Parts: sequence; C-alpha cells; structure tokens
Amino acid sequence: MSIQTISTGRRAKDTIVRGLVYLAFAIAVVPLVSVVYLVIKNGAERFDLEFLLHSMRNIGARDAGGGAYHAILGTLEQVALASLMSVPIGILTAIYLVEYGGNGRLANAIRFFVDVMTGIPSVVAGLFILAFWVLYLGQSFSGFAGALALAVLMMPTVVRSAEEMLKLVPSDLREASYALGVPRWRTIVKVVLPTAFTGIITGVMLAVARVTGETAPLLLTVFFTDSINADPFSGPQMGLPLYVFDQAGRPNDTAIDRAWAGALTLILIVMLLNLAARLIARWRSPATGR
Amino acid sequence: MAKQIQVSGLDAYYGSNKAIEDISMTIEPRSVTAFIGPSGCGKSTFLRTLNRMHEVIPGARVEGKVMLDADDLYAPGVDPVSVRRTIGMVFQRPNPFPTMSIYENVAAGLRLNGRISKARADEIVERSLKGANLWNEVKDRLNKPGAGLSGGQQQRLCIARAIAVQPQVLLMDEPCSALDPISTLAIEDLIAELKDEFTIVIVTHNMQQAARVSDRTAFFNLAAQGQPGKLVEMDETTNMFTNPSEKATEDYITGRFG
Repeated sequence: MSIQTISTGRRAKDTIVRGLVYLAFAIAVVPLVSVVYLVIKNGAERFDLEFLLHSMRNIGARDAGGGAYHAILGTLEQVALASLMSVPIGILTAIYLVEYGGNGRLANAIRFFVDVMTGIPSVVAGLFILAFWVLYLGQSFSGFAGALALAVLMMPTVVRSAEEMLKLVPSDLREASYALGVPRWRTIVKVVLPTAFTGIITGVMLAVARVTGETAPLLLTVFFTDSINADPFSGPQMGLPLYVFDQAGRPNDTAIDRAWAGALTLILIVMLLNLAARLIARWRSPATGR
Repeated sequence: MAKQIQVSGLDAYYGSNKAIEDISMTIEPRSVTAFIGPSGCGKSTFLRTLNRMHEVIPGARVEGKVMLDADDLYAPGVDPVSVRRTIGMVFQRPNPFPTMSIYENVAAGLRLNGRISKARADEIVERSLKGANLWNEVKDRLNKPGAGLSGGQQQRLCIARAIAVQPQVLLMDEPCSALDPISTLAIEDLIAELKDEFTIVIVTHNMQQAARVSDRTAFFNLAAQGQPGKLVEMDETTNMFTNPSEKATEDYITGRFG
C-alpha cells in the first residue's frame, strides 16, 4: 500500500458537507438575529425613563406616554418568589436523587414525574393554580398566585439540571471526604455542592429565563392591572409578558410601541440576570491554573 | 499513638457477590504492611474494609471482625465516621478538593469536623505539609488552588490532608500508580518517615515497591476469575521475597503469572 493524495471525491464531499453545516448554522442564527434586531429597533422608540418609571394608570386608550413600571415590578417580584420556592425544593430533590435515592424505586418514580412535569404546558400550570389556589382555596388573584404557577414550571428544570451537575461531581471527592471522617451531610454541603455550584447556578438561570417570559399562567393567576401594586400577596398584579400581550393587542401605534419597549425590557432583564449569574459562577468556580 | 489491627474471618460482599473470603491477619503498629496480588484479588476491597469505606458503595457489606487494639470496628452502634477519623486513607488517584486552596485542602478534615482557631489550623497545616514533604514547595502559595499542583505534589497534598486529622492508621491504595518515578520516590521516602508515627498499610502492584517500603507483606490471590480473593500468606517482607513458603507466592513474585 502506498500513501495516496486525497481523492477528488472526498474533497467534493468535504466541501458539500461543510457547506451544509455552515448553511444550517446561518439558518439557525437568522431568527435570533432578526428578533434581537427588531426588538431593539422598535423597542428603542419608547425605551425611556418615563417608560421605566411610570405605570399605565390614567393613560387613555389613545394616549401616548405611560410605562411598564408596574409590570417590571410585578415580574421581578413574581420571579423572585417563584425562585425562592422552587430553587430550594429543586436542589434538595436533586440531592436526594443523587446522594440518597440512587436507583431505588422512589428515586425513579420522582425522576419519572419530574420528566412529566417538564412537559406540562405552561397554561396548564396556570389553570392548576387557578383551580386550586383561587377557586378551591378561595384566595384572590395575586402576584403570589402567579409565583406559585411559575414555581411549578421552574421546579422540574431546576431538579433535572441540578441532578446532572451533582452527578458530575467525581465520587473520588466524596470518598476523600468520607475518609477524612467527615459525615455524609457535611460532605454534601461542603464538598459536593460547592464543586457543582457553577453548574447549578447555570441551571437555575435557565429555569428563571424560561419562566420570566411566561404569559399564559400569569393571565390566569395574577389577573391584570394598570396600576402599581407592590404587594405580591394581595390584589391583581401585572407582569411584563402580560403587559406586552395586552399592549400588542391594542389597535393604536402608541400601544404597539409600548409593547415593543416591554419586550426589549423583558429581554434585558433576562440578560442582566444571566450576566449576574455568570459573574457569581466565575467568582465561585473551581479554582484552576497554577 | 499508632495502633494494631487484628482481622479475623473477614468476608466482604458486593451485593450477592463475595469479593474476599475468610481473611485473618495482624497488622503491626509503627510498621509498613504491603498488600500484593493480581488485579481483582480483593486487596483494595480488603483495605477499604479496614476503615469501613467498603460500605460506602451501595449494596456492599462485610462479615467478620476487625479489631483496632481493643475496639471492634464492626460492633453494633459503632459510628463509621469516627472509625474513618481514626483510620485515614489515601487513594490511587490524587483527589484534592477542586474548590479549595492548598491550605484549605489540608485543613479540610479539621474544618469540616468542627471549628478550630486560625492559629491552631495554621500550625496543623504547616506540620502536616512538612510531614508530607511538601511544605518547601508550597509555603509561598498556600492560597493557590490545590488542583494546580503537579500529580506527585497533589498526592503528597492528599497525604498531608489525611495526616492532618491525626489518624492512628494510614491506608494507602496504590498511592504511586498514577505518578512518575521521581514523585514515587518522594512518596516512598515519606512512607519510611511516616511509619515512625503511624501504622501504614499500602496496596501496590509494584513488587519492587513492596520490597523497598514494607516491613511485612501479604500476598492475596484468587482461585479463578469470579471466585473470592483469599490471603495466601503473610510474612516478613524479606522472607516473602527470598523464601516464600507457598508456591503461588513464589510464582507471582518471580513473574511466572499475574
């Protein structure tokens, strides 16, 4: 056998496949770029201080002006409350699955139901809270009810991503810790969780980003308002996705502009949260380098 | 402070699979005992039964008796955590905690077990790193990550971490198998120093290493694949390597099998 040059056929195949890969990439990027471009271009119109600091109270149907302060406030509160509920439960569940449950029956049942929960359409989560919290328990529409629905949506994402991250922690480290005479719970708290911290944060951020844009569950739970309601525990609140939905459905340009600005704000909030999470993750990441 | 270990009639299982059968031996204090034998013969499993690390694996269990001086390690009610504080372990692959600095790694066993003063921690960290012959190499970068050290340094860091909790016994599971010859030499020198203070048990695949570092050697073998491993014989290392009483030992040592 002698050493041969690359045949023309292989060269051609290489070129074709390479072209296909680039094409697929370009197609995938088109919607992303166009969404960002359109939202920035149209949103910039009304993205000003008045928009960020005023509500829609006393703004008539055709009036210009007005803002989304009430919606921004509502979204931040609802997402924060939802995270406060779902992140601890989600991480504790993941710890159970990885550190205690193993492949037992209960652990596998939990994994199965978490997977089922991942597939729940968001409107169903909203309906569930509406039926249970508002209609059955007789509580009022509130930001908290919205947060409950969002928490239902967040939890499976947090559980699954935290579980994957905890699984990545080498069992060498657990054994090293046990061999030092460190009890199991302390090993989890001081060795396993810090090692998986960066990944868990990323998972939590994905979950937060997912629910921040949810509209349907909010429609059914926080109801709707044009006024500022800073108390998430009583009375209807507003959320940014809801605000965008509402404004975009109105016929006049002033409202459409507000909808675009709302969409821009929503994207910026998610981006800022992501950035903050990245910074925290970098600050706490496993130290490497010499 | 070093203690004697006395094992009698010990069996270890993984699920229903018996890994080692009917092992009895005495491990003398302030000496180095080496375990040799072909892969899969249960040396590491046996080592892990000595500080109750075996049972960390799901489904694993142990029958028989392990006495540390007068204490039965497998008596009902004995806390495995306290057993492991008394009998430390160094693993095959260096495994410093990746989120911790060199200093924190050495202090980990102390800090994770309760509060100690900064001054006391400083003192123990320095003493342990000196004990592991690592102090001079790392004293200027104690706050740098432990994962940034070379493999041999990481393994000495793990030894420093293990001796920082002041165990009575130090178990080493092939501590040099992932290291280059120079790092191996450093660890072997260290073992020779540590045996003044600790009872040391070392598993090794390297017969020259067993001959170099140990006072007594135990040879493990298994009748066939799938059979449980057994202790063939145990004797002074010099006897084992010059005049073994069992044919199997001689065959293994001279390289006729395994």
